[in-house]
Amino acid sequence: MENRQRLQKKDGSKVPDPTTPQTKGKPRLLLMGQRRSGKSSISSVVFHKLPPSETLFLESTARIQKDSLNSFMEFQVWDFPGQIDIFDNPNFTFDMDAIFGEIGALIWVIDAQDDYLEAVARLNSTILHLYRSYPHINIEVFIHKVDGLSDDYRLDIQRDVTIRIQDELSDQGVENAPVNFHLTSIYNHSIFEAFSKVIQKLIPRLGQLEAMLTNLCRTCRFEKAYLFDVNTKIYIATDNTPEDMASYEICSDYVDVIIDFTEVYGSWPRSQQWRERLEGEPWAQPLEEQVACEWAESGMVLADARRPIMLREVDRFLALVAIMKEGSYDKMPQINMNVDVVVKGLTEFFEITKPKEVVGPAQGLASP
Amino acid sequence: MGALPAAGHRAGDSGSPAATLAQLKKVKKQKVLLMGKSGSGKSSMRSIIFSNYLARDTRRLGATIDIDLSHVKFLGNLTLNLWDCGGQEAFMENYLSQQRAHVFSNVGVLIYVFDIESRDVERDLATYVNIISALVQYSREAKVFVLIHKMDLIQPMTREDVFDHRAALVRRKTAEAVAIMHKQKPEQVQQQTVPSAAGEDLSINLQLFATSIWDQSLYKAWASIIHDLVPNLSVIEAQLASLGLAIDADEILLFERTSFLVVSKWTSREGERNPYGDRFERMSNILKSWKHTCSKYTGTPRNAEQFSDFEYKMGATFSMFATKFTTNTYILVCMPPGEARFNSAKLNVAAARPWFRFLDGPVVPAQSAVGGGMSSSQVLGSTPSGYGGEGSVGAPDG
Repeated sequence: MENRQRLQKKDGSKVPDPTTPQTKGKPRLLLMGQRRSGKSSISSVVFHKLPPSETLFLESTARIQKDSLNSFMEFQVWDFPGQIDIFDNPNFTFDMDAIFGEIGALIWVIDAQDDYLEAVARLNSTILHLYRSYPHINIEVFIHKVDGLSDDYRLDIQRDVTIRIQDELSDQGVENAPVNFHLTSIYNHSIFEAFSKVIQKLIPRLGQLEAMLTNLCRTCRFEKAYLFDVNTKIYIATDNTPEDMASYEICSDYVDVIIDFTEVYGSWPRSQQWRERLEGEPWAQPLEEQVACEWAESGMVLADARRPIMLREVDRFLALVAIMKEGSYDKMPQINMNVDVVVKGLTEFFEITKPKEVVGPAQGLASP
Repeated sequence: MGALPAAGHRAGDSGSPAATLAQLKKVKKQKVLLMGKSGSGKSSMRSIIFSNYLARDTRRLGATIDIDLSHVKFLGNLTLNLWDCGGQEAFMENYLSQQRAHVFSNVGVLIYVFDIESRDVERDLATYVNIISALVQYSREAKVFVLIHKMDLIQPMTREDVFDHRAALVRRKTAEAVAIMHKQKPEQVQQQTVPSAAGEDLSINLQLFATSIWDQSLYKAWASIIHDLVPNLSVIEAQLASLGLAIDADEILLFERTSFLVVSKWTSREGERNPYGDRFERMSNILKSWKHTCSKYTGTPRNAEQFSDFEYKMGATFSMFATKFTTNTYILVCMPPGEARFNSAKLNVAAARPWFRFLDGPVVPAQSAVGGGMSSSQVLGSTPSGYGGEGSVGAPDG
């Protein structure tokens, strides 16, 4: 097992390091787009767990809303008011370096149910501004509010927007700008999936993480494994099998179930007598030693084909969730041992890659 | 069974084994009326609870025409005859006139739904009073559940006040309606053969709930409705308690398989300290939406069984597991941490299954029960009761 672990690391290190400038601060996600395109709703749903139905009551954003997201990495989320054009503002000149200086992603939200020509035009001018001065910023276009549209229509819109942007950019002599497109809606998992992709690009040495998960899938016969950020249900890495929305959904909902159970039964202190009784005869051991694993671990067998799903907490931010192949439930003990080793590897990984300036997540990542 | 006097016959005293068995064998039928103004949400909630609709799926339901009768098998030995009564005025008048006896006799439970957003409250209440009068006339023993529905449309801050206000109004109207009925000549009321509950109690059994299909409040209301209908409840409770003590659990919940309503529960003294008073309906809600996710993933029908085993060990804080228990139920056990404790509890729960076999339907007579089956009938010694109205409920309806 240890050997394999080393091998994994060797494999992982071969994956080319993304050519991003090393920066000192936290990665930054910048949400921009026309007004009423859904920027604040997105950030409330993804980062503040607001139920999608309640986003109707959100007020219009008047100034830049800065949020920070504490997780395995610290992110900043900046929500820009749609009515302000930061590049061409007569009243106030924005400090571009302060906004775009950090490594990060610009998320441009386009309302797919509205006339998007103006949004596309503004996006184009934004890309042109950024491309020259801040080439390290990824530009992610969320074609948003697609829940009400038919599948064909969604793809049509995506094609149309893509062509409009690429044509405009190549007219201006810009080729291969780092622009990506995502179809999103806050009423299903697509927004989380899109954010997952965005954030994965900002993780240093993502390839190594993926290699670890791929290896785990191979040894334990997992169909698919995800490393989740528990608070946002964004996945920060998965194995190298093809993307599959359905398995992401079920794993993400499983995290939800576990969070809910934890809140109801695990969030209040038990009494002293309770503990004394449980630690007394015949157990005669502190509770901490009666358990096999100090982090949360869980498994569930689906009724069809008896496919199990398993979850294992990595630290206080991350959890490993995997869908197993049929019939592997009987091998749970071995699987748990393998998972233990991988979790240890992951913990070390984050210990090593963690930027030294960031002190936040350090306590959480202390290896057991 | 019908010969036993209902009054004073409580769970504590054990009846003769033969009577117990006879009672267990019987599939209990309960007539449940679901009434309220058209568009108030009766069919929506029925679809969510019993047919596993998602809240948003209920949009495609149309208006119910006349009475939509459905037989819901709940556990093995209880059938709910659910009368979903279309609420348009013409129908309502019809129920109160031509079909009065047909609709209102032998009712076990009346569920009356008020739409909180309704603009004509006075009129709603007038209809309600008429319904209550008819109910008191034909089925005086019936329990009444009033659901103040669509509470999600009210601002969260004022929900409680709005509900309290409406609830007080409904209570007053109910009391008035009952009082008027009793002032009339008692013969009219006495055509009921049901043995009266406790002397001349004029009030009726009324409970009010604030509900919404968009949150767990619906499960809370329906769990209480179901709770009173479940046959042999005291047996289930007693056995859950002994199981809980035996495996050192903090909490045990027993869910019905399709609706995931909490049928019965047991909580240890430590478990009672849990600050989440709404956890039972919350569990129903969580597991039910989890079932939807599974059904989407596996492509199996929504009503099919979606998972068989679940376990969760939260470090040194607590452990829990859920498993398919009897054919009609799931059990969820929350317990202290510890591997050894956890594993033995799982084994013990599996071993306790025969105790609960009666939940799957009419129990086979003792002589034909073999092996472990014998012990099951012994544990069932204490006779559950409180359903004195058996004679009347059994009458054919519809």
